[in-house]
Amino acid sequence: MPSPRYWREIPNRYRLEAARCSACGAVLFPPRSICAQCRSDQLARFQLSRKGKVVTTTVVHVPPGEFLMEAPYAMAVVETPEGARLMVQVVDCDPAEVRPDMEVSLEFRLIRREGHSGILCYGHKGVPVA
Amino acid sequence: MAGIVGYGAYIPRNRIRSEEIARQWGKDPQAIERGLLLKEKSVPGLDEDTITISVAAGRGAVDRAGIDPALIGAVYVGSESHPYAVKPSGTVVSEALGIAPEVRVADFEFACKAGTEAMLVALALVESGRVEYAMGIGADTSQGAPNDALEFSASAGGAAFIFGNQDPLADVLDAYSYTSDTPDFWRREGEFYPRHGGRFTGEPAYFKHVLAATRAILESTGYKPSDFRHVVFHMPNGKFPLTAGKQLGFTKEQLEVGWVVPQMGNTYSGSSPTGLAAILDVADPGDLILITSFGSGAGSDSFVLRATDLLPRRVGRAPTVRSMLEGPRRYLTYGEYAKYREKIILND
Repeated sequence: MPSPRYWREIPNRYRLEAARCSACGAVLFPPRSICAQCRSDQLARFQLSRKGKVVTTTVVHVPPGEFLMEAPYAMAVVETPEGARLMVQVVDCDPAEVRPDMEVSLEFRLIRREGHSGILCYGHKGVPVA
Repeated sequence: MAGIVGYGAYIPRNRIRSEEIARQWGKDPQAIERGLLLKEKSVPGLDEDTITISVAAGRGAVDRAGIDPALIGAVYVGSESHPYAVKPSGTVVSEALGIAPEVRVADFEFACKAGTEAMLVALALVESGRVEYAMGIGADTSQGAPNDALEFSASAGGAAFIFGNQDPLADVLDAYSYTSDTPDFWRREGEFYPRHGGRFTGEPAYFKHVLAATRAILESTGYKPSDFRHVVFHMPNGKFPLTAGKQLGFTKEQLEVGWVVPQMGNTYSGSSPTGLAAILDVADPGDLILITSFGSGAGSDSFVLRATDLLPRRVGRAPTVRSMLEGPRRYLTYGEYAKYREKIILND
């Protein structure tokens, strides 16, 4: 992920900013300018609540090089109460214990480093509530 | 009167027991527990640093304050483990909390008292009328060299405080600082681990500054030790704050709530601020609270606060310190700890 793209995505990566379509009510994350459902351009920005439920999950054993130290780790599709779905890592637990319907809080974490001397990229990860 | 209108804390879930570290280096675990009064300490995950800890604590502070974060006019982050050498942690923190862009931001460094220094400046900006609200944060992922006494204590965590004039949870009655040039603990540019002066860190450093700052604020406010319900001193280990309290005339009961070090370790800039957060979690309206930090180099900041009627109604809006200390935890082996603290040399 080059730095300019990371910078452009700061509102949704840092604050979980999503868009809600005023015409059909669809929730879009990451936010878009045109509704993916009805093509309306009447979209309002709002912040997702920092919690969700695991929809589906898998464990990554052979990761990309920069995530080598974190393997094995759980990746999951998490749905927030607003209906947005995010692909996040689920951390601070045994990855094998991550299951559908598990409740997670979405916490601000370091996602990756751009090499040894590059910028640090932050975003959200799921952490089991219990 | 200006006061704390919101506060939050964060402690990572990863822990390592003192006995696991002692076992690694062939030391007597019971002697360590008896000597330093440390049972375990928090450890940052590979994805946790001063910035993520500050954001987590800051979110708790915003939730308890119940204010629009965009009204916060200053964010100061005190730490000795800022992830960037050049680029303020506060830029990421203020953006993540929804405070930016109309905000003053700077990172502070003063060993273990950078957090209370950030709080003092935030308080002063509010008192001066320059800003409506200001946030001071103390957070660290502390460094301790392998097989050094510091390795048993250096931990991770922090606390954030929003100061304002409207609806305080605790009024700040007075603040005081005491500073001198005392080379008790330092880390030169480019060095990975700090160095310290062994026993020199006690009398001429910790005790001199903590006692001087506390005595001065007691004198300026006219309060005596028995007037306080809760007291917290910087916690480099379990023993020092208890000894300082005894010398000043405080009882163990007064220190108990904020004395989180046996389970948390020393979170450096986050140490006494997290102790203060633990106190605010349980304080009753009208309780007098004293906090004195200590930062090597060296200096101490003291605050005298009084809890308001609003405090108990706001505590439940964010996780308490005890809920994080005693909530879900993952205990690490020394090998996992070495990996998490990036003490293992790898190929590129």
